[in-house]
Parts: sequence; structure tokens; C-alpha cells
Amino acid sequence: MSEATTTPEATDERVKEMSAFRKALIRPELGGIVGTIAVFTFFLLFAFDSGMFNSQGVLNWSIVSAQFMIIAVGACLLMIAGEFDLSVGSMIGFAGMMIAIMGVTLGWPIWIAIILTFALCLSIGALNGFIVIRTGLPSFIVTLAFLFILRGFTIYLPQTIENKTIIGGIRDAAEGDWLAPLFGGKVGGGFFQWLGDNDLIATFERGNRAGEAVIDGIPMLIIWAIVLVVFGHVLLTKTRFGNWIYASGGDAESARNSGVPVNRVKILMFMFTAFCATVFATCQVMEFGSAGADRGLLKEFEAIIAVVIGGALLTGGYGSVIGAALGALIFGVVQQGLFFAGVESSLFRVFLGVILLGAVILNTYIRRMITGER
Amino acid sequence: MNTRTTHAPIIRMKNIEKHFGSVIALAGVSVDIYPGECHCLLGDNGAGKSTFIKTMSGVHKPTKGEIQFEGTPMNFDDPRDAMDAGIATVHQHLAMIPLMSVSRNFFMGNEPTKKIFGISFFDSKKADQITMDEMRKMGINLRGPDQAVGTLSGGERQTVAISRAVHFGAKVLILDEPTSALGVRQTSNVLATIDKVRKQDIAVVFITHNVRHAMAVGDRFTVLNRGQTLGTAQRGQITPEELQDLMAGGQELATLEGSLGGTV
Repeated sequence: MSEATTTPEATDERVKEMSAFRKALIRPELGGIVGTIAVFTFFLLFAFDSGMFNSQGVLNWSIVSAQFMIIAVGACLLMIAGEFDLSVGSMIGFAGMMIAIMGVTLGWPIWIAIILTFALCLSIGALNGFIVIRTGLPSFIVTLAFLFILRGFTIYLPQTIENKTIIGGIRDAAEGDWLAPLFGGKVGGGFFQWLGDNDLIATFERGNRAGEAVIDGIPMLIIWAIVLVVFGHVLLTKTRFGNWIYASGGDAESARNSGVPVNRVKILMFMFTAFCATVFATCQVMEFGSAGADRGLLKEFEAIIAVVIGGALLTGGYGSVIGAALGALIFGVVQQGLFFAGVESSLFRVFLGVILLGAVILNTYIRRMITGER
Repeated sequence: MNTRTTHAPIIRMKNIEKHFGSVIALAGVSVDIYPGECHCLLGDNGAGKSTFIKTMSGVHKPTKGEIQFEGTPMNFDDPRDAMDAGIATVHQHLAMIPLMSVSRNFFMGNEPTKKIFGISFFDSKKADQITMDEMRKMGINLRGPDQAVGTLSGGERQTVAISRAVHFGAKVLILDEPTSALGVRQTSNVLATIDKVRKQDIAVVFITHNVRHAMAVGDRFTVLNRGQTLGTAQRGQITPEELQDLMAGGQELATLEGSLGGTV
């Protein structure tokens, strides 16, 4: 037969050498990297003196970015696995409310409230996934239903039980608890005090905290964000399960034919998204000391936007956790930066819409480049 | 071409019947498949080719008849069992994901792992190495193991799918119309791949309705027509025209051929 048609060492003349630029362009993180540089350049130029880049300012937008990151990691892995979860925002409100009801109204120890809430929310995530798999309906519709169901309960329960929509007193209830500091605590207080003592960061000049550093530690929220981003990135790119996530989202039927347990992957990703939402909710509840029925509104969309800015395709099978984290960083910096720069905050939404559109258009071009279609 | 036909068949299908409700898809088909041969299964659309190979690969259970695999009667419950035993099918729908890299596709569902601190990680170095080697053996030079499958041509994708099946220990490779959507050059690449696989003593079952493709690589030819086999012919015992006639059931095509000037 025609064995002599190709010699092993000869390179195929039809395969064009890819320029380094083009190679960089098809990395999913590209949009996120470019966006991050652009955003930082912009605010360094126009809001440098506003206090945005002193220690308190940095901590301020870091916390906001970390919040976005936590839910973006879950949304990112789920989107790469080919599904959506629109119930993330409602799940945040619901989880917070469950902790408050169990920990304050019922008076159970906070650690029990937290563990039970996690168990409950993970089950709801699994239920979401199960319904999507079993019925074959788009996850968009199924989780939209849960967006309303969970939000409804989040409003109904505190109103029925306590006649109000905000339950407070969580900080008192969490006093001395062993699990609560994992979500509401701060780390590195001594380090920041040392920085303050050595005039590396500002200290309070008067009041009863005079002499203390203005930052008393890094909130656990930020630690969670970093841990989740690293975990998500390693899981996706360095494990066989990560390959299954890509495969499930790229083409579920092909993946099944190759022996990938697609259903298990998808349900686990729904559960992971629920886990991220619950982490967000628990940190928020511990920080505010209260749970409100309107918490987490629109968070599902913000998570999805961060993921898309980070280069993931809405159709699944392609994306990056690092990209999603950068998308979340862009979000946090812009939201807080506009505040520091004294710009009307409603413009943030205009920015969101514009950047979302830009990111989606860019992603479409990138996908064409990867698959070589025209 | 090969001398293995004197050896024991790896798969022996005896009087296979398959009924779907009142439809008789297969009405007593007998075929033997030998290691190291390329067995072409020809037939027009609706002849029962797909049902037949699905029976062979464990998707369908035959209504009547016996299937022997390596001399013992086989009873596969699902395709996974057949795959584990060494019967691999490369479907028209290729089980390839365009957005993923060649090496990630190659090992999809069978990822090599290595342990670091007791946690198992995807051994991408090993995966990349094996993928590049296997592709080079088949005469495809990748830009790199991270090249997306979407950038490969249809023929190259077929080759990736075939070499994947071979790498994971296929003894019988069933190719479901691998050349039906390909251009001339790509078709010849796939046929060359089939030849390489056959030389590794793997039985290839090549389903096609293109006589010329079959004649190019086939050792033996079985024609299916309306759920029945019209016998198996050795290479050299049959002309392309005869095969063509058998596939179409003789008559109609003969009249058609006149008006088309013998181009079919």
C-alpha cells in the first residue's frame, strides 16, 4: 500500500507553523490577562490618588474580587462541563438564611448549622444535576426553576418564623465556635501589626485603636478564593477527572462512547457549584452577622460573566479557572475602582454589559482559531 | 496478501438473525473474521450492515444464532464488555472532541495517571509522548500533542480514532464507513492506515458501500443485501462489477448503469 507517502521525520508542509502570538491568542486566559492589565492601567492612571492602592484600598477590592472568584470557580467548572447554574444567587441567599435559622432562631451550635447547610445545599446541587441528566432538559431551565424556588423559600421562611426578612445575631451565636472562624476569621493579624509598627502600612492615629495597623488580617474569604482557584485549576488541568470535565462539555455523546462517566461528572460539578455558593454565603453571613432574604441577587449572572470574560465558551468544553479568576478580579477592581474614582456606580452595569459583549465576541473568534473552522 | 486465513477465526458469526418487532433486519447471516485480514462488509443503505456490526460489538443481542469469540461462545451484555475483550468500533460519529487536544482525546476515558504525594494526577507527559509516537507510526505529523482535534482533517481524525483503538489493545477493529465522507487523498490515507493495522495481526472489519475502497484493501468481501448474506468472496475471485451488482441486487442497477454510461 501507499506507505511511502509520508516519511516519519518529514514535517507536513500543509501544517502552518504557528506564530508565538497566535499560540498565545488561543489560550483561554488571554482575554482575562489583557483585561486585567487594561483595568489596572486605567485605574493607576486615573485613580491613583484616591486611596485605591493603599493597603486599605487594596484589601477593599481584593475582598470584592475574592467574592466573585469563589462563585466564578464553581460556575467555570460547571460551564466547561457543559452546564449552567442560574440558581447560584438564590442558593447564596438560601444558604445564609438556613445558617441563621438553625443557628439563631433554633439556637443550634453554629458548626452544626454550617455543616447541615452545606449538606442541604450540596443535595440541592445534586438534585439540579440529577433532573438535568434524567430529563435531558437544558440546565438553563431547570436551574431557573430553582432560582425562584430557593429565593421563594429564602423570603418565606424568615417571614413565617420571625416576621422579618433579615435575621441577625449570628456573630454572637458564632462566638467561641470552632468552625465559624474558618469562614469569618482573619489570618496574619500579627504580620500586619508588624508592618504597621515598622511604618510599612498605615496605623490608626487616634481613637481607641490608635497604634493598631489599619488592616488586622486577611479575611478567610480571600483564603477560600485562593484555595478554590488553585483547587479548580489543578483539578481541571492536571487530573484525569479534569479531562472528563472537558470531555463531558465538549461532546457528551462522544465522551460516553469513550467510557467517560458523563452523568457523574456533571452531577458532581453541579454539587461543586453549590458548594462554592455555600462557601460564599457562609463567609458573608459571618462577616455581616446577619442573613437577609435579598442576599446574592444577580450573583449567578456575575459569576457567569466573570467566567466568560475568563475565556470559557458558553457551549462548554473549553475554558480556564485562572481566566475565570482574572475575570472576577477585573470585576472587583472595576466595581470598587469606580467608587474610588468618584464615578457614578450605576455606570458599573454599563461597563459589565460592554465587557461581556466584547468577551463573547472575542471568544467566538478564538474558538474558530482553535478548531480551524471558518 | 496474508496467509492467516488458514488459522482459526477470531469471530465466528453463525446464522445470525435479528428482529426488531415485526422487522427482520438480519435473516441468517454467517461470517467468519480472521486475525490479520481486512474483511470488507458491503451493502447498500438498509442492507443490515449497521445492525450486523452492532450485534458483533455487543450493542444488540442476536434474536437467533451464535457468536463465537476466540473459539468460545460469547455473550456480551453491553459494548463495554466487548471493548474489554478487544472488539473496538470506530463509529462514523468518531468519539472525538474538536476543542480538545489530540493527546487529551487519545486518552479520553483511559487517562494515564501518576501519583504525587498519594494523589493521582493526569500524566500528561506520558500521554503526549505516546500520542506523538502513535501518530508518527500512522504517518501523521502533529504540530504538537496539544494541537486541537478540530484542526485535523477528516481522514486524520479517522486515523487518530483508529490508532487509539489499536493502542488500547483492539484485536478486532470495526470501522463503520470510515471513508464515506472523505476526499480522495484522505481516503487513501485511511486505507493506508487500515493496511498498517492489518499487518499488526488485528482483524479489521471494514464497512463501506464503495466497491473501489473495498477492493483497495480488502482480503475478503461479504455482501449483505436485505438482511441476507450472499456469501463471502476471496480477493481475486470477484470483480468490482460483480460486487457492485451483488450489493444492488443485480437488476435495477444494470439498467441504471446503461443510462449513466458505466460510471457508478
